[in-house]
Amino acid sequence: MTIDLANQIVTGLLTGLVYSLMALGLSVIFGVVRVVNFAHGEMTALAMYAAWALFTWAELDPLLGLPLIALLLFVLGYVMQRGLIDAFVAKPEHMQFILLVAVAIIMVNGSLLVFGPDAHGIQVPYGFDTYEVGPLLVDKVRLLAATAALCISGLLMLFFRRTMTGKAIRACADNLVGARVIGLNVKRLYAVTFGIGAACVGAAGALLSMLIDVMPSSGPELTMLAFIIVIVGGLGSMGGALLGGILIGVSEVLAGYFLMPSMKGMFSFAILILILILRPQGLMGARK
Amino acid sequence: MLDVRDLDLFYGDAQALAGVSFGVPLGSITAIVGANGAGKTSLIRAIAGMETPRAGTVRFDGHDITGRESFEICDLGLGQVAEGRQVFPTMSVEDNLELGAMVPRARKDAAASLERVWQMFPRLLERRRQMAGTLSGGEQQMLAIGRCLMGQPRMIMFDEPSLGLSPAMVHEVFAIIRRLHEEGMTIVLVEQNVAVSLHMADHACVLENGHVVMEGRGSDLLGDDRVRAAYLGL
Ligand SMILES: Nc1ncnc2c1ncn2[C@@H]1O[C@H](COP(=O)(O)OP(=O)(O)O)[C@@H](O)[C@H]1O
Ligand SMILES: [Mg+2]
Repeated sequence: MTIDLANQIVTGLLTGLVYSLMALGLSVIFGVVRVVNFAHGEMTALAMYAAWALFTWAELDPLLGLPLIALLLFVLGYVMQRGLIDAFVAKPEHMQFILLVAVAIIMVNGSLLVFGPDAHGIQVPYGFDTYEVGPLLVDKVRLLAATAALCISGLLMLFFRRTMTGKAIRACADNLVGARVIGLNVKRLYAVTFGIGAACVGAAGALLSMLIDVMPSSGPELTMLAFIIVIVGGLGSMGGALLGGILIGVSEVLAGYFLMPSMKGMFSFAILILILILRPQGLMGARK
Repeated sequence: MLDVRDLDLFYGDAQALAGVSFGVPLGSITAIVGANGAGKTSLIRAIAGMETPRAGTVRFDGHDITGRESFEICDLGLGQVAEGRQVFPTMSVEDNLELGAMVPRARKDAAASLERVWQMFPRLLERRRQMAGTLSGGEQQMLAIGRCLMGQPRMIMFDEPSLGLSPAMVHEVFAIIRRLHEEGMTIVLVEQNVAVSLHMADHACVLENGHVVMEGRGSDLLGDDRVRAAYLGL
């Protein structure tokens, strides 16, 4: 009984780390460009479809397809920001909202058109392998996915701390006027930021494709999930996205364990409401 | 070096600059004085590509820079020490400075520029790892100047560099500006401290409600009765 529960918690924690990576993308985009990406889950679903297509048609393991998918999503994000969203950066929020919801709807219907309404899943050859860690049983796929997600999140933090481009992006978030005063190319940096956020989504989607099925309705669900995570963790905080993802991942399995799996969304929303009441800025968000 | 002709700038329907024309000779200090709200900051922002003028032209060093993006203008060597200093508060002093050298013209000499700034501002070197937001106002102004120098400008526009500083710091800031001038830098100086800036300036213009109402040698303006009455309280 307790072993089973512990196994469930480990499962939730590992899945949560993949959620974190997806939410990190949302947080980075909002923190810098100040645009809320309402198409975030839909982009994740696209990445999952891409992973499925590569696996099914080219027999490419999602872990190997990941860099390619992340790159594709980077380009998608960069182009979206440059060609579409940039014109809306200074516009009122409701206009940004309509724009990105439109993008999301196109993506959902596009995937319906191409892949149909059915769920698509990936079964990698090592899909049923497990590791015994003491008394615990850990899924190999889940462990690999979580490790990859954690490494990518770490690399992202290093990118923002150590590279000049990363510092320039932080400078835009820190003081936009200052960034323009010293001649930073803000439009290009915004596009790179959106690209990086989208690349997180690409990587997270490739990893998620090994853990859950994808169907057109996954998009809106994942958008909701990413929102809950960043609001719980603190919008714009990278550490918050990480913490929020783990929390929501664990809460989902606990809901399944104590009640029933279909109640997992309810649990996440309950946490969201609690946070909004008790700590509206999120667990690691700065108080305004 | 800089030539501004008939510049009009609007914020919505409100006109901030109306037919502003003036020139900045190479190697000079040109002062722009005027009351609060006269349009001094608007003028600098329009020249720097941070606001888009409705009419008029701006030429810098032989290039027509009217309506160009701020990063292009910086890369031509037109630097700015903006009103309110505009440092990056949650980043270290060193990061702030390094970011100043991100413009393509300055990137490959960034290390040498940094050495020069450390020499010029030993205080900043002492605080290189400190967050810029925790510096005093005077230190932040030094940082803003140092960061601008990192971009290897050939001309610098200073917008109220002494605003809100202690008298000792004000003195230090003006000493730095003089030193840069002596080293050959072309300077535009916007100051509320009208007496000091007219003393320093080779050339000056007076801005009122978005119009240039007077232009001339700094010393001449200093002796002008209207200037003395309006800005020096004499
Ligand atoms: N971003 C802005 N939007 C609207 N009006 C502005 C803006 N910036 C300045 N103004 C207006 O333009 C006029 C000139 O302001 P400014 O250039 O800041 O003057 P100064 O620097 O000489 O004090 C003022 O009337 C001011 O209210
Ligand atoms: Mg001003």
